Amino acid sequence: MELVVSQLLTGLSIASILMLVALGLAVIYGVTGVINLAHGEFVMLGAYCAWFLQSQLGMGLLESLIPIFFILAVFGWAVEALVIRHLYDRPLDTILATWGIGVMAQQAIRLIAGGELRYVEIPAFLSGSVSLFGASESAYRLFILGLALVLFGLTWVIYRRTSFGLKLRAITQNREIASSFGINSARIYRSTFAYGAGIAGLAGALVSPLKSVSPEMGTTYVVDAFMVVVLGGAQSLLGTVASSGILGELSGFLAFHSNDTLAKALVLLAIVILIRFRPEGLFSTRVRS
Amino acid sequence: MPRTSCRKAGRTGLFCLWSSNVKTNRRNFLLGSAAFGAAGLGTFPHIWSKNSGLARAAGGQIKVGVLFSLTGTTAIIEESLNKATIMAIEEINAAGGVNGMEIVPVVEDPASDPATFAEKARKLVLQDKCVSVFGSYTSASRKAVLPVFEKRDNLYWYPTLYEGRECSKNVIYTGAVPNQQQDEFVPWLVKNFGKRWYLIGSNYIYPKEENNYCKKLLAELGAEVVHEEYVPLGHSEFSSVINKLKAEKPDVIFSTVVGDSVVALHRQYHAAGLDPEKMPMASLTTSENEVAAMGGAAAAGHFTSAPYFMVWDSPENQKFVEAYKSRWGGDKVTHFVSEPSYFQVHLFKQAVEKLSPDDIDPTTIREAVKGEQFNAPQGLVKIEGENLHTWLRPKIGQCKSDGQFEILQQSADWLEPIPYKAYDGQVCTADGLKSS
Repeated sequence: MELVVSQLLTGLSIASILMLVALGLAVIYGVTGVINLAHGEFVMLGAYCAWFLQSQLGMGLLESLIPIFFILAVFGWAVEALVIRHLYDRPLDTILATWGIGVMAQQAIRLIAGGELRYVEIPAFLSGSVSLFGASESAYRLFILGLALVLFGLTWVIYRRTSFGLKLRAITQNREIASSFGINSARIYRSTFAYGAGIAGLAGALVSPLKSVSPEMGTTYVVDAFMVVVLGGAQSLLGTVASSGILGELSGFLAFHSNDTLAKALVLLAIVILIRFRPEGLFSTRVRS
Repeated sequence: MPRTSCRKAGRTGLFCLWSSNVKTNRRNFLLGSAAFGAAGLGTFPHIWSKNSGLARAAGGQIKVGVLFSLTGTTAIIEESLNKATIMAIEEINAAGGVNGMEIVPVVEDPASDPATFAEKARKLVLQDKCVSVFGSYTSASRKAVLPVFEKRDNLYWYPTLYEGRECSKNVIYTGAVPNQQQDEFVPWLVKNFGKRWYLIGSNYIYPKEENNYCKKLLAELGAEVVHEEYVPLGHSEFSSVINKLKAEKPDVIFSTVVGDSVVALHRQYHAAGLDPEKMPMASLTTSENEVAAMGGAAAAGHFTSAPYFMVWDSPENQKFVEAYKSRWGGDKVTHFVSEPSYFQVHLFKQAVEKLSPDDIDPTTIREAVKGEQFNAPQGLVKIEGENLHTWLRPKIGQCKSDGQFEILQQSADWLEPIPYKAYDGQVCTADGLKSS
């Protein structure tokens, strides 16, 4: 029984990290259709901000989360305004441009902060372990799980219950018609990009005490994030949650019964098979074609 | 007119220009190739002389190559190896050089890419005519440059701990091989903690060879391997591994993960509340650098085996650490790869001192360095003439919460390097690999 609960919690923990990273990408890709290959670098920059704020200004992780969100949102805003804005009708060029931005961000960080692995401290009151239904789990991982759900809830409320979200949904369905209704689609796109970047930064900051901070940490995350978004369905927030849950539990289960290398390969295989039979992902919005 | 006619014929651009001005017939073709061939042979006269490939010291200067990555993913570690090498060269030159001759380092940056390593190695050997090259951290980069040194009979000095199973007469190996790292460490761990072992490593050749050797030792000691697994390089999600550890409850976790994975594994082990007194992690790759990145809390209580630790208390090491810090910065650390980078330059100097100034080239240096001893920061070390590896003094250190190691045991005497010990019947000798 303890083993089953442990397994479940492990899967949820992996799923929550996946969801945090993928949420920003889901918002960006779902609304604007931009394939943002720099998303991993947004995560990395968030982690570096956490390290910087902690080591230079002595800020703890929790109190630095809000500043990190705004720093990354501003960065995302700048990226959209300077580069992405010109490339909306050219998907292949956005791929190249965002990948280039990613490479530049990585090397810039390496020049500024050096290539060493950096240390971000776990908040002291979360560094122990908690006993849940007989199994013990790290308190910090449970905190990440909770925060991921809160962020998802926040995004959902913005998307479904605010007028901003209404405009977002209108633009997603048909940009031209929405513009003709007086909705400033350029500004909405920019805000969406900024929000997605901010969430990615939060993900990086939250993940950094469990792992370490290095310039290359973003490249693995962008692959995972795209897998989650593609599997879940590009325009569905619920799909992101569902697919990160499935992938998290699947990886955890397979890794426990074999090893991590095999688990990674099998999960990728499962995604390929699922996409083959359902190319639009798990949850797709029905559109009149 | 040539231009219009060639466009009609479908030839465009430069080709049109060329073909319209030059008569392409057999006579011109033969003349052209003859001219090209003569020019080629004329500008590379050294390919005619048999010994032209040999590098020689000349004009009171001894040129050596320094081949460590200063940019790229492995630059963090390799930078420190570069610094240790340069510091040793400066020390030797300040003390009068080698028989009055100055060592001139030619520094190249192979940018963490094995192909670039090979290219820069070729440049150092052929163009700069270095009599030796000090370099490499990863086995991939060493394997990439090996053909260059074997073909040109030059000498490569490799300071990093590695998996053994190599026997090149063109490489001096000053890093530890599996038998030196494990022969005392494994029995000590079995005696102090128990016989149920969990082996985890990154998925490439170094951890696999180390685990192979470890399993042989454990079999002899009557210990069992409860689980053996490999995680992808750079993998950082260890929650499933932690679950398996909780389920199996091994006595010792023998970890050969490298890089980011070391830090992630230790931090997640600590976050999960596991106890290093009951289930310690024993590693060959966790150095002062990784400990700084994971924080003292996550590092405390675990063990590392290496020939060198920064806290090692000897006059040579105090001198080394002070010199390193004053040269490169008070916040720098020395570790078990930068120390061999330092002492191998001194062994080079000792070997060259024995030679006459017009007889300095890689083959004579190799013969001269066999059996040479030096008081390295870790203790007295010696180059083994049979396999060109080094007799080293492994120590067992336990990490403390301040980020430094406490040395619990050091080998009573130096340990012989036996790169093929895990493979019965194979021995590395001065005449090459002998199988029986």
